[in-house]
Amino acid sequence: MHIVVCIKQVPDSAQIRVHPVYNTIMRQGVPTIINPYDLFALEEALRLRDRLGGEVTVLTMGPPTAAESLRKTLTFGADRAVLLTDRYFAGSDTLATSFALASALGKIAADFGKPDIIFTGKQTIDGDTAQVGPGIAKRLAYNQLTYVSRIVETDLDAGEIIVERRAEGGIQLLKTKFPVLITMLEATNEMRRGSIENALLAARAEVVTWNATDIGIEDLTKCGLRGSPTIVKKVFAPTARSEKAQIIQAEGGPTGLAEALICEIFQRAPGVESDLYEFAASN
Amino acid sequence: MIDERFDAIVVGAGPSGNAAAYTLATKGLKVLQIERGEYSGSKNVQGAILYADALEKIIPDFRDDAPLERHVTEQRIWMMDDSSHTGMHYRSDDFNEEKPNRYTILRAQFDKWFSARVKQAGAIVLCETTVTELVKDIHGRVIGVRTDRSGDTIKADVVILAEGVNGLVGQRSDLRPEVAPDSVALAVKEMHFLPRETVEARFNLTGNEGVVIEAMGTITKGMTGTAFLYTNEESISVGIGCIVSDFVDSDITPYALLEAFKNHPSIKPLLAGSECKEYAAHLIPEGGYKAIPQLVGDGWIIVGDAGQFVNAVHREGSNLAMTTGRIAAETVVWLHRLRNPMTKENLSEYTRRLSETFVMKDLKKYRGIPALLHGNKGNFFGLYPKLISQAMQTWFRVDGIDKVSKEKEIFRSFRSARTLLGMMGDAFKLVRAWR
Repeated sequence: MHIVVCIKQVPDSAQIRVHPVYNTIMRQGVPTIINPYDLFALEEALRLRDRLGGEVTVLTMGPPTAAESLRKTLTFGADRAVLLTDRYFAGSDTLATSFALASALGKIAADFGKPDIIFTGKQTIDGDTAQVGPGIAKRLAYNQLTYVSRIVETDLDAGEIIVERRAEGGIQLLKTKFPVLITMLEATNEMRRGSIENALLAARAEVVTWNATDIGIEDLTKCGLRGSPTIVKKVFAPTARSEKAQIIQAEGGPTGLAEALICEIFQRAPGVESDLYEFAASN
Repeated sequence: MIDERFDAIVVGAGPSGNAAAYTLATKGLKVLQIERGEYSGSKNVQGAILYADALEKIIPDFRDDAPLERHVTEQRIWMMDDSSHTGMHYRSDDFNEEKPNRYTILRAQFDKWFSARVKQAGAIVLCETTVTELVKDIHGRVIGVRTDRSGDTIKADVVILAEGVNGLVGQRSDLRPEVAPDSVALAVKEMHFLPRETVEARFNLTGNEGVVIEAMGTITKGMTGTAFLYTNEESISVGIGCIVSDFVDSDITPYALLEAFKNHPSIKPLLAGSECKEYAAHLIPEGGYKAIPQLVGDGWIIVGDAGQFVNAVHREGSNLAMTTGRIAAETVVWLHRLRNPMTKENLSEYTRRLSETFVMKDLKKYRGIPALLHGNKGNFFGLYPKLISQAMQTWFRVDGIDKVSKEKEIFRSFRSARTLLGMMGDAFKLVRAWR
């Protein structure tokens, strides 16, 4: 079984600041990390490989420094890492990114075997769109399973996979056929700590590096800024909340306090009281 | 199963470990360096001043691409009481030389650069991996290490312990004792962002010139310790440190001490309008010569802070770390080429070579200082700074009192605070310890 995990190197958003005057994101000196959601995808891929055999290839698109993030995935036990880097890819939105990644996945299929499963995280912490995974699936005509919380069963002979998917109001149990693209939800597993053997291998491993020409892209207008219809019109920092917490005090123990609290709510949101009466009457 | 064997394993990627790994790798040895932090520099803390000479002996062209902040052109030494400081400033245009002698640096960036050079030289650097124990054979010879990752022992001919002040590996393997609370200082520091122009205007600097302030006095509330303030390119590093056992006895918290120092009337205007970007704390070995543990054994060598290589009087540490790392590595290379085993006897060449360098000579020279200052901390870190400050004020204040009376008053203030014999004793002891 060949599994590909697409990851993204992102700025550690906990350490990002917005410039107070120019409203631009201050990226300088902000450390980079593997998009945390992608780690759940990677761990799930490694578990499947450990159980069913095969290989895990990790793919990312980014600047040359993204090789460090790839190396880290090798430390966790991935078998191969591929870096897609080219200045033509700079400024890609989700459309151009999924185009470049899908093209690279074509070469991965040709060189290392067709992926049965492609994993991505549910979204990135810097873009937050959750569009790249589905974009790849669409371009490669893979079945897609988004927001997967658990892989229930994989049947290699039948070429089928059953997963649990988190949906509004419940969990869906879905079955589909390979090849499939899965976007993994957070907190679905816990990232392993690679063995010392993996760490030594990772320290020495060569990261496979491809540019636009290597993956056979001829139409460069589909890449990078030129291939990206999304336009950032404005960046601004959210204004800090001005309302302050209010301390509600009352006599008469818990009952008195509850009374005071309800009064305060009714006073501030007049609609709530009548809604509640209506609700009580209808039941 | 790990079949391969390394010529050397270096534990730790601070200045001593990087110096050792770089030296070994450039000489063609198969080196594995293991660091517990996410990258070299992620856990390393220093003021920080880089002394060019020690690094130049390892990487002569380091100035080409190392992340340096400012070269030091002015040194201020301040004796402080609660409202004043008496200072000695030395500023020289001679320090604006082609190859400056001292630089301020930010360790997170500097160590990352150093580590990149180590990798380029051919060493394998494993981060986020903690060495948990040294593995010995039945003869007690160190033959490799185990880590917190699952898997086998990694074997090597020699293990260089560059694990820092609180070296747990060496301690666990009974190679060195636990650091005593009275021979280690706890320092806390903050990095304050200020625009480049503000730093330059505030400290009278042009271009990449930099100022270093070292301070002592009542700022440590009677504890043995010093404080500092260094100018970086567009930030200021400010910190204070005292001997750990003094902190324990005094019940004063380090951050409260730093807060008070930052609010001292001599310091506050230097930091005005700045934004604190980073805070850190670190232990500094200050036991000096007498606290140096055994440095070599069968299959192991200790370098850097782990070997207590800090000159507390001159605030030097990273240069001693790099020098010990380099000399340990050179010793290993020398034995490796002769195909001599890494026995305690053979490795003791390291200590012999060290004794011929400034490292051992300086530490030996000041061997009496730590105990002297610590034993008389009430005088050196409380009484004398106050007396000097009072004397200065009496001397400079023009208030209609004649100078002879002023001289007498100054003399009287010293005499009433401390007996003549006591003061002469302190002076004598200080001179003797200094020599």
